[in-house]
Amino acid sequence: MKAKHQRLILALAALVALVGAGLLAASALKDEAAYFYAPADVKTKGAEPGKAIRLGGMVVKGSLKRAADGITIHFDVTDGKATVPATFSGIAPDLFKEGSGVVAEGAFDAKGTFIATNLLAKHDERYMPRELEGMTYNETTHEMKADK
Amino acid sequence: MIAEIGLAALWFAAALALLQLVLAFAGLKGGKPELLGAVRPAAVTQGILTAIAFAALITLFMRSDMSVLLVATNSHSMKPWLYKFAGTWGNHEGSMLLWVTVMGVAGAAVALFERALKRDAHMATLGGQAAISLGFYAFLLFSSNPFARIAQPPADGQGLNPLLQDPGLAFHPPTLYLGYVGLSVAFSFAIGALLTRQVDAAFARAMRPWVLAAWVLLTLGITAGSYWAYYELGWGGWWFWDPVENASLMPWLAATALLHSVTVLATRDALRAWTIMLAVVAFSMSMVGTFLVRSGILTSVHAFAVDPQRGSFILALLALYIGGALALFGWRIGSVREGAPFELVSRETMLVVNNLLLTVILGLVLIGTLYPLMTEAFGHKVSVGAPYFDRIAGPIALALMVAMAAGPLTRWRKDKAGVVGKRLLVPLAIAFVVSISLSLFAWGRIGILPFLGLVIAVAVGVASLAPLWKRKLLRTPLFTYGMVVAHLGCAVSLAGMACDSAFTVEKLVAARPGDMIQTAGWSIRFRQITPIAGDNWTALQADMDAGRGGSSVVIRPQSRFFASPPTTTSEAALLTRWDGQLYVVLGEEVEGGRWQLRIWWKPFVTLIWLGGIMIALGGALALVGRERRGWVMKWRPHNHNMTTEGVEA
Repeated sequence: MKAKHQRLILALAALVALVGAGLLAASALKDEAAYFYAPADVKTKGAEPGKAIRLGGMVVKGSLKRAADGITIHFDVTDGKATVPATFSGIAPDLFKEGSGVVAEGAFDAKGTFIATNLLAKHDERYMPRELEGMTYNETTHEMKADK
Repeated sequence: MIAEIGLAALWFAAALALLQLVLAFAGLKGGKPELLGAVRPAAVTQGILTAIAFAALITLFMRSDMSVLLVATNSHSMKPWLYKFAGTWGNHEGSMLLWVTVMGVAGAAVALFERALKRDAHMATLGGQAAISLGFYAFLLFSSNPFARIAQPPADGQGLNPLLQDPGLAFHPPTLYLGYVGLSVAFSFAIGALLTRQVDAAFARAMRPWVLAAWVLLTLGITAGSYWAYYELGWGGWWFWDPVENASLMPWLAATALLHSVTVLATRDALRAWTIMLAVVAFSMSMVGTFLVRSGILTSVHAFAVDPQRGSFILALLALYIGGALALFGWRIGSVREGAPFELVSRETMLVVNNLLLTVILGLVLIGTLYPLMTEAFGHKVSVGAPYFDRIAGPIALALMVAMAAGPLTRWRKDKAGVVGKRLLVPLAIAFVVSISLSLFAWGRIGILPFLGLVIAVAVGVASLAPLWKRKLLRTPLFTYGMVVAHLGCAVSLAGMACDSAFTVEKLVAARPGDMIQTAGWSIRFRQITPIAGDNWTALQADMDAGRGGSSVVIRPQSRFFASPPTTTSEAALLTRWDGQLYVVLGEEVEGGRWQLRIWWKPFVTLIWLGGIMIALGGALALVGRERRGWVMKWRPHNHNMTTEGVEA
């Protein structure tokens, strides 16, 4: 095979791979752009039941209840504008508590309850889920505000 | 005094790096070749000085010298000695000093041990290494001085993040950094080759051992990090697609591609420009990773502190080095002669496929990691998580595995597709049998990716052994074994990943002491909760007997409380058997005197890391094999005819 042809074929293969990868990334990211939800987004845009998303907000004070089985908890997540109910089965992170921030991974069920499969809470004083940075929770009004 | 010695050593090392750069440049371009004699001594001395600075910092941590700011903010006199020692790099400044030390020592190693490169290329390479070191010295000395003192030393330090107080801290960061920063050598080689216009097979043979060594250490570092996260974080997962993990994966992907393309260049003198490009990309990815982790734009257990000034500094370094290298590439690559052509069906083409797929995965991971940062710059918060990475990296990685089965069975230069197909008959037949039996046995219980993963793992495992078929095993060169072991390791690792995601059994219960829990063939008796105390923590420990068909073993998951800084960590109990791992996490106490327990039975999960170790071992075998053959040829010149392509498998 001539060297010229070979360069052409290699360049074409690279181009096809590049374009394919770009398309793949674009389509995957389009879904991802809708990956993180605040409760207000759920209310305005609606969230498809069964679709894996991240729900972020604050755990409403007084909403945390433990089921009789000892491992399931029910709580409400709020961003100050809307509130959605959530359920989690498992061992919650130590810093998961009422009035503090949480990012939950999971999906909504048909009734509109968020079934969390994983909870990302503030890890320690220094670590906070990126999505919750710059948000503060008002202890008295139970409202959450963005700083900016 | 020790802190001052360390700081002085750093300043001297930085000055030597500047000298080394000037000497190499003046010697090569300024028409003063007599200056080149001083380049190697400068590199060696620089390596020694960085080692002295690093030893000084270790000493300060071991002595808990609270008059040093870094020790006061990150250590505690009550900490066990291992964590005082390893805590040296468990913070921003210390880890950057480790980075600079590895860079200095790697430069010294290139000065001392590199014999295959021509003298001018060697000098240009050392000049390149000095140029990149210089930026990181500046970063350390101007914005991250690890030796800064404080006027009023506190009585005791603030302690180390308890998540990091684990033997893993002594092994994972140093190995990872050796690999990460070891890639700077490949970068400098590329710079040297571009400057002296020597991109050929001899250059590739000289660069290969350095790439291999860095790659082996990087593989070990990533494997160790994955296992550490798996047992320490208590989520039962082994990879989280955390940006920081991606930061270590991206250089690995680039280095893996480089490792394969450098072999094409060494054996067939093809893919010249591409190999140089990959060498630049690999270390650039290390720097991008450092920027992501050290700039504070990400929040994770790895990002020790948020400081925007440092971020801008690293970003400037990044732009300077990557931009500079790419500019040099664009300027000089036109003058690099075209490499040798090859046929469409050949080993070379298979390795091009390997490179393309690895590069595509690298690009997709990079996009996924940077995308949230870019959208955030426009005031829009987006998170890219596991679903994105699983969806894009999974299928391409499987395609890569398929290519890996066929690649080593394809001849260099020219082969016939039908013949390659014939060589793949046995693995294909086995894949067929496995897929039929999996369908019968586990249909509907197993997802499509784990299903394909298992089938491909078995087929690739068999195919990776095929290069040894009908060969005299004792006369097969060590580097062929290296390839076989590394490829088999990929199959083993893939099998572990597929088994973990397909067959893991999880059980969540709230149990009282005295209860018996049954899951996945295991009977676990929860005996009692005991409070215990360690050096700098107290814990609640669950005593349990775990048994399977008769005998039982005691396991003790814990929930640990650290006083400084105040944190709770959960120490999972792991019970390893040949066919998997039992993973038990103790949660909190709930009403009725019950305790939350999370129990997983993870069949063959250990294969993931066993495979990782095999991949690194394969790399080490290839390294030793190549080097040893170099020695043999040096002493027995009449053996030169061994270098025919048949041996260069």
